[in-house]
Amino acid sequence: MAESVELEVKGLDFHYAGNIHALKKINLTVYKNTVTALIGPSGCGKTTLLRCFNRMHDLYPNNRYEGEILFQNQNVLEKRIDLIKLRSRVGMVFQKPTPFPMSIFDNIAYGLKLKGISKRSELSEKVERALKHSALWDEVKDKLNASAYELSGGQQQRLVIARALAVNPEVLLFDEPTSALDPISTAKIEELTETLKKEVTIVIVTHNMQQAARISDWTGFLMLGELIEYDRTDKIFTAPSEKLTEDYVTGRFG
Amino acid sequence: MSIFDEELQQLKEKILKMGSMVEDAIRNSVLSLVERDNTLAVNVIDNDRVVNTLDVEIDEGAIRLIALRQPKASDLRFITMAMKITTDLERMGDLAVNIAERALELNEEPILKPYIDIPRMRTIAQRMTRDALDAFVRKDKQLAMDVIIRDDEVDDLKHDVLQELAFFMVQDPTTVTRAMKVSFVAQYLERIADHATNIAEMVIYLVEGKIIRHMIPPAEKK
Repeated sequence: MAESVELEVKGLDFHYAGNIHALKKINLTVYKNTVTALIGPSGCGKTTLLRCFNRMHDLYPNNRYEGEILFQNQNVLEKRIDLIKLRSRVGMVFQKPTPFPMSIFDNIAYGLKLKGISKRSELSEKVERALKHSALWDEVKDKLNASAYELSGGQQQRLVIARALAVNPEVLLFDEPTSALDPISTAKIEELTETLKKEVTIVIVTHNMQQAARISDWTGFLMLGELIEYDRTDKIFTAPSEKLTEDYVTGRFG
Repeated sequence: MSIFDEELQQLKEKILKMGSMVEDAIRNSVLSLVERDNTLAVNVIDNDRVVNTLDVEIDEGAIRLIALRQPKASDLRFITMAMKITTDLERMGDLAVNIAERALELNEEPILKPYIDIPRMRTIAQRMTRDALDAFVRKDKQLAMDVIIRDDEVDDLKHDVLQELAFFMVQDPTTVTRAMKVSFVAQYLERIADHATNIAEMVIYLVEGKIIRHMIPPAEKK
């Protein structure tokens, strides 16, 4: 299967303010329409790496990137890049659902309005499409004006995914999207990744190795800021090349 | 040692037990023929029940570990190969029983000829079995390769045995029934060596994560 490149990380170094060297010379290629999982022990840099893809680290001063992340031939780490635009093309879903304190409909319409869409019919159509994509439509179609807080945790998480999808992103970043959810909601989100990847590229950080094994096509194993191994997921979980990866996935770490 | 490691160890020990029982069965089945000892043959047939029980126990244990421990990487390879290896060992046990059954029949009749190549085949096949299992336990790729190469010796010996027996049958038709039974024994031993080779191939997968089955060209084996 010929896979085209979505994101290409080249020699990425990242320092948090205070000179903490969190990522060291990372090289990694994320392929279009695949799910890439980043795994590793706490503090290994997986979330730090995820947040580089849409420059979330810029929300705090004095963080420093070196190297390149190419996204359609443009280095997203360049100073002059439009971060608002970047983050609508590279969306993010967090560990805890983050609905806005407004109705279900408005949660999704919010980003669309920011993009300048104001026609009610167009908004309705795009909201419906996003909710269908995130497999939430059937559960909320009769209560679009209810507060988003009335939804369960799993539904809220799918609402947040719908919100991200509404603005037609090319990449979705998932930061432990199911760690606060029960197994059934988790299964729904996992199933969702399978359908979503037909349209977007997904990068997911997860502490749950079984989850990485279940849903991803590619897996990167990080430790102490270094990418130890990056390969197809089935290879990583059946016959990894690196001893450190082997020790981590078999639970014989340290 | 973690509980999981202990469980893996127990699985390994059961496979070794099954392996040593199958080795005994191979040796004793051929001895029962060569030394015309019916007691040995009957023992081989009886003991096969224990081999079958171990086969089931190992499979159940492996399935349980997969369900409860979600093994990964080398653990996953070890457990899945354990399940496959017992299938081969169980078949080897059955073949030893077949040899014992032929021995009981042949021991009723006058000896056709002194057995020379059959004990040789037995020695090699039994040794291959032991080495394949040793290689499995020690994750010894070299030893496994060695087993795979030795399979040819057994094949050659079988070829010789069958040719010799064909000669007997042509010369004296009254030998046909006995000669056929002896040729079955040669066939069984050759199959046993094939199963040992299968196990050795699984060892390569266990060590390297690469399935080499159906892949070794004959030229490389020689």
